[in-house]
Amino acid sequence: MEQMNIVIVGHVDHGKSTLIGRLLADTNSLPDGKLESVRLMCERNAKPFEYAFLLDALKDEQSQGITIDSARCFFNTAKRRYIIIDAPGHIEFLKNMITGASRAEAALLLIDAYEGVQENSKRHGYMLHLLGIRQVVVVVNKMDLVNYDEAAFLKVKTEYEAFLGQFGLVPAAFIPIAARDGENMVTPSEKMPWYAGKSVLDHIDDFTQAKDKQELPFRMSVQDVYKFTAANDDRRIVAGTVMSGQLKVGEEVVFFPSQKRSRVKSIEGFNQAPRTTISSGEATGFTLETQIYIRPGDLVVKATDVPPLSGTTFKVSLFWLGRTPMTVGKAYKLKLASTRVTVYLKEIVSVMDASELQTEDNRREIGRHEVAECVLETLKPLAYDLAIDFEDTGRFVIVDGYEIAAGGIVIGQVASEASAVQKYRAQRDASWEKGLVEIQQRQQLLGQRARAVVFVGDRAPELGKLLEQHLISNGRLAYYLGRASVLSGMGADYTGALGREEFVRRLGELAHMFTDAGLIFMTSMQECDDAELEILSVLSDPFEILVVVCGLNPFSQRVPDVQISDAMDLESAKSQVVQLLADKDVVPEYFL
Amino acid sequence: MLWSIGKDSTVLLWLARKAFFGHVPFPLVHIDTSYKVPEMITYRDKFALEWNLNLVVGQNEAALKAKETFPDGKIDRIACCKALKANALKHTLSGEWPRKRMNHQTRQLEYDTNTEPYTGVIVGARADEEGSRSKERYFSPRDKQSDWDVGDQPPEFWNQFKTDFAPGTHVRIHPLLDWTELNIWEYIARENIPIISLYFDQGEGKRYRSLGCYPCTTPVESTSTTVQEIVQELKSGKFSNIAERSGRAQDKEDGGGLESLRREGYM
Ligand SMILES: Nc1nc2c(ncn2[C@@H]2O[C@H](COP(=O)(O)OP(=O)(O)OP(=O)(O)O)[C@@H](O)[C@H]2O)c(=O)[nH]1
Ligand code: SF4
Repeated sequence: MEQMNIVIVGHVDHGKSTLIGRLLADTNSLPDGKLESVRLMCERNAKPFEYAFLLDALKDEQSQGITIDSARCFFNTAKRRYIIIDAPGHIEFLKNMITGASRAEAALLLIDAYEGVQENSKRHGYMLHLLGIRQVVVVVNKMDLVNYDEAAFLKVKTEYEAFLGQFGLVPAAFIPIAARDGENMVTPSEKMPWYAGKSVLDHIDDFTQAKDKQELPFRMSVQDVYKFTAANDDRRIVAGTVMSGQLKVGEEVVFFPSQKRSRVKSIEGFNQAPRTTISSGEATGFTLETQIYIRPGDLVVKATDVPPLSGTTFKVSLFWLGRTPMTVGKAYKLKLASTRVTVYLKEIVSVMDASELQTEDNRREIGRHEVAECVLETLKPLAYDLAIDFEDTGRFVIVDGYEIAAGGIVIGQVASEASAVQKYRAQRDASWEKGLVEIQQRQQLLGQRARAVVFVGDRAPELGKLLEQHLISNGRLAYYLGRASVLSGMGADYTGALGREEFVRRLGELAHMFTDAGLIFMTSMQECDDAELEILSVLSDPFEILVVVCGLNPFSQRVPDVQISDAMDLESAKSQVVQLLADKDVVPEYFL
Repeated sequence: MLWSIGKDSTVLLWLARKAFFGHVPFPLVHIDTSYKVPEMITYRDKFALEWNLNLVVGQNEAALKAKETFPDGKIDRIACCKALKANALKHTLSGEWPRKRMNHQTRQLEYDTNTEPYTGVIVGARADEEGSRSKERYFSPRDKQSDWDVGDQPPEFWNQFKTDFAPGTHVRIHPLLDWTELNIWEYIARENIPIISLYFDQGEGKRYRSLGCYPCTTPVESTSTTVQEIVQELKSGKFSNIAERSGRAQDKEDGGGLESLRREGYM
């Protein structure tokens, strides 16, 4: 049977729970005995029976008397099965409302006929728009309180229609109802003969299923690259969920933002017949014809499909849920599909108090429950789409500390003048307290050129340490700093919550200090990519960074200065790096 | 991942095998109350070996030794479940109590030398099972006291979940939250998952709809002998509107029993 998620939203006490309880009861969808047991409970507690209690299964919820989270319940019509999500109306629970509403394909929005359009009626309408829910039916409840009067209904309708129109949301219908008494819920109400439209249930059945995304261009975010070599499985599987489109064995794929290319060798799966095609909605995996270095978060696109956008600066519309405001210049983590990058709020274009939709300028902060248009900037280039083109790669969440603090959609690309790292470095250099010694003096004293050497790959730490030993025993001043050392001292406050780029930034700062001191600075990274190397290079400039890759080359632009194959022994590997240092005149050759 | 041997957690295990292309890269924790139907233990060990699972078993050995249990007549059901399930789970996860691990060479459970605490568990809880479940998240963090603040759950939308945690946080992950009992059986049918025979009528007109300890779980009247028959029974038959856990006596002791046990850690 066909299935659909619908959400019910609205201002607190406008009757959502009642409407849902009623829908469940009227479609005979309650478990046997449930209605009676709730009636009994009400009797025992000398409370009048409320349909809303059916949903309030939680003890503490009943004592508070408001829906605090999106409950899920189920009902069937002849047409299909519905999962119905009750979203709390209270502003304090906006994040719960979003959690519920985001799963829905369609929404019922309730407005109390007597109280009229309230702050949350507006906010919820706007949130539905941001969440991308296009099918909305507005239900004007408690018509009994306004004597089933058409004028009262029209007043609410006109006002609310105008509000939704501001951002282009056109509801499928406005329905006058009395949920408690079942008026216009299932069958046309005799009390409102002036209303010629359909009942709530009929309108629900008129909602249409989300369109299949199979015809759209192919998009898949790499969740992970699996190797199960320990279990005698030598497949290297690129795993993820296909967001749209189709992909076949033999087709060429491009990984963004690195733009590495390969062809699909096989589709992998467990307990399924061999296949040659994967399509939207599937959690799946494939292997590639060539071994290329890809990372979780890379966006897979078919070579023949439109490419995504890629860059560090983009305009978004977002809602802020965090307890502390979003602040210009502070670092956050952005999650888009499987990608995680460090992001900064660069500029606030306008902040709207969602209930009023007014634009305010000159803001440095976005407060809790506010909606804003703003410009975000990342340190590393990000592959994305505009939300109007591709829902799944056009929307993101922002993590502040450990919590998801915002959700947003990308509405435009912004050309960036200087990259965030370059600006950061310019600031750092401007405030650097220079000593009286020039670097040339130091280099002369030490008889070497200051350089940073980055070893990349699984065997990187071993090789780095060997080289350090070699240089020191040959009278050079070199220092190897491992990842754990960076994290334990300088990075004691680094939790990973800020994203990897923050680690890379700190490493770059260390590289800058050590090289400025005239040393040969060495460090290792198990993983690295062009963007991260770029951050390191900018930060340690004017000292060139030398790159030694052990194993698979992770770079698509940067050509490693030395490449060590997995088969090569460490001694030979060391000699290659030593030769590199000689070739680059880092250390005078006769010393080696 | 918690594996109770029941249909939900076995479906969850199957999903893990699918997600990791035939491998299960994390331990499967089974809490053995010692009152499980013996067939469950046979089934557990058989598939742990066959599927190359890292099976870890925990038990409240002290309570069992002292016979401080409901079947021994010493305590009521709530206290017994708390001791044999909630506490056993809590201390097995934390590594404070001995854990046994399946040794695939000797094909025996042996005491595990690894006592590292697990910082998270993946569980097969479903929203449709019980009112109190419907307030969960896919990723539900619990703080150090295992406290569960229903009013302040992290937002989840667009397939983005709370995956960053302060040190010391314990996280529960509920991948099956939006599945129904019917979904479970339909998936078992689709994937042809070997499911324990206790769920089927063995000729006496009875089968288990939900598995638990034998002193506290009664079979339901049903002649379903295949997965297909169960699917039919749930769709249109006698169980289409009777709550699944109606055969579980421990749920009935007090109205909020399940709720309070959840807070203790019993799934
Ligand atoms: N007069 C009248 N009262 C109604 C009607 N529908 C709901 N109510 C009452 O309005 C009050 C609030 O209804 P709920 O369904 O609990 O409201 P809600 O929007 O779910 O509110 P929260 O759960 O607090 O977010 C209850 O006392 C209901 O009995 C109606 O059609 N007419
Ligand atoms: S189900 Fe029964 S035997 Fe099992 S732990 Fe609970 S009370 Fe004890």
